[in-house]
Amino acid sequence: MSRIDKAFEPPGHRALVAYVTVGYPDIQATLDVVPLLASCGCDVVELGIPFSDPLADGVTIQKASFHALQNGVTPGVCLEVAGQLRQHLDIPLVFMTYFNPVFSYGLDQFAADCAGCGVDGLIIPDLPPEEGSDLEEITRRQGLDLIYLLSPNSTEERITLVTERSRGFIYLVSVTGVTGARDHLPPDLKAFVGSVRQKASQPLCVGFGISTPEQAKQVAGIADGVIVGSRLIQLMEAGDDFRPQVSGFVKGLRKALDEASSA
Amino acid sequence: MLPDSRGYFGEYGGRFVPETLVPVLDELTDAYQKARADDAFWAEYESLSRDYSGRPTPLYLAEKFSQHCGGARVFLKREDLAHTGAHKINNALGQGLLARRMGKQRIIAETGAGQHGVATAAVCAMLGLKCIVYMGEEDIRRQSLNVFRMKLMGAEVRPVSGGSRTLKDAINEAIRDWVTNAGDTYYLLGSVVGPYPYPLMVRDFQSVIGREARQQVLSQSGRLPDYIVACVGGGSNAIGIFYPFLEDESVRLIGVEAAGRGVGTGKHAASLVEGKVGVLHGTKSYVLQDGHGQIMETHSISAGLDYPGVGPEHSYLKDTGRASYVAVNDEEALEGFKLLCQTEGITPALEPAHALYHTAELARSLGGEKTIVVNLSGRGDKDMHIVMEALGVEP
Repeated sequence: MSRIDKAFEPPGHRALVAYVTVGYPDIQATLDVVPLLASCGCDVVELGIPFSDPLADGVTIQKASFHALQNGVTPGVCLEVAGQLRQHLDIPLVFMTYFNPVFSYGLDQFAADCAGCGVDGLIIPDLPPEEGSDLEEITRRQGLDLIYLLSPNSTEERITLVTERSRGFIYLVSVTGVTGARDHLPPDLKAFVGSVRQKASQPLCVGFGISTPEQAKQVAGIADGVIVGSRLIQLMEAGDDFRPQVSGFVKGLRKALDEASSA
Repeated sequence: MLPDSRGYFGEYGGRFVPETLVPVLDELTDAYQKARADDAFWAEYESLSRDYSGRPTPLYLAEKFSQHCGGARVFLKREDLAHTGAHKINNALGQGLLARRMGKQRIIAETGAGQHGVATAAVCAMLGLKCIVYMGEEDIRRQSLNVFRMKLMGAEVRPVSGGSRTLKDAINEAIRDWVTNAGDTYYLLGSVVGPYPYPLMVRDFQSVIGREARQQVLSQSGRLPDYIVACVGGGSNAIGIFYPFLEDESVRLIGVEAAGRGVGTGKHAASLVEGKVGVLHGTKSYVLQDGHGQIMETHSISAGLDYPGVGPEHSYLKDTGRASYVAVNDEEALEGFKLLCQTEGITPALEPAHALYHTAELARSLGGEKTIVVNLSGRGDKDMHIVMEALGVEP
């Protein structure tokens, strides 16, 4: 069983997946926050490799990416950070980035270095399965999961395609839009998750727009995992010691998820 | 026939987009393929091209320009005379008709120099569609006249403050809008870039330039030209004039990119000349990027060429050797600009001024029996204040 599979154990456990941009606000912050997230009850951490043109991201992650790039963060730096984190952590680490930095690094080399640094999977929002065959094969050889996404407007045909090919889990985008905290969950989320559930054997994690324990609890009622990103980045924006805020926020989410899974 | 069914020209093209856009692109491809096979669609396109856009545009033998160069005869394909002042209207009209056919009432577009934005605003006004144009803040500053024109035609111009605040960032923002509002929104992309089917669709709508030019040059000079020269930013005017000549192997095709302050300086937009293969805005093509795959900021005196990517078909034409690509810097483009003003009384846009400079150099190196057709893709009214500034002239 892979580290990612274990994050969804025991059955009924709702996984809390947290996203942070590597190097935001600085590299030390990433090295500090990831163990904190794990200790507060996160099951998976997505490490964002910043890209200059993050077209699936809303303002919060755009700003964090820009800032991280100014800090000199490169895919190489992100691999080093993952390697350092892995020395003391056992939770799955997943890179989230856009295709061009990975393509530029070289698909084979990138997958090999990910495996070498203890990274467990990749999420690449601008790489749909139609373009992902090469990377799928390469990551499979390295024991990495390539996680695909589905969105509320995905057709039956596409749901089948992704359920056949996504490894680790499936990332369900809650809304047709970009990343970012939102006030309300879309009303058709339950139907969307249900339609994927009929075909999928993998765990289903829902992300985009989830920023409160109430929302997390609602999502945990229908999905196997909840992904939070932009809100966490906002909490880290403050500049002062972000730890109390982050820890309070994550513990709140953990509690909401546990309530949902025992309900 | 290229692109193939997955939208590839050889290894270039494809669809590197978020999942949300895949069904939307499928719907678009399907709608376009149906329109493409429908004579009534093309009849309306052709009728409006004639009566609204002013097609066919003339092919003009620029005798004084040619004499000045002292070599080959140079013909100008006068896209500057098309409605709204550039070739961009060809594509805006075609896609506008497609959007209406698809029942989409809200049109979004990006613009660099403002020419595509103006063309889109015009077509939307004419077809009664709502129009929102994303434009980088830097370009808004550089092209204030076009901003005003768009607003007069009822478009909303949304400033984009991210990244380099130019065309690339305007495209990012338009894509974000599209991902969010795909249900009722049509993205009217202005060049042969982006995910499939855009490179195909925009080529189809722009290749009217080359079809006309081919007939005109045959009837005016009795033979095919030796060279076709066009400027390349995203590459729509170049594909438009190249495509109908692709099978004419004797005709050499030359694309002219923006060398900005010089290709060695890092301040340019010569993706094909200096870039590496990568993925930007949903398509695999040559891209200006750093060693870590981050897209570079570009520079050109002409906002319309100021883009770090290029259409995937150009990458294919480069690799196969069917077309060749060179770069012309800001100063040289200004020379080309002045030369056409002085010799022919025609004010070119700064984009084709790059092609004109290269054409002048090329013509000089050739004999009088050779002919060159250059795509004069737009007129220069929008650039007057930039040229004044560059030449140090007080208004």
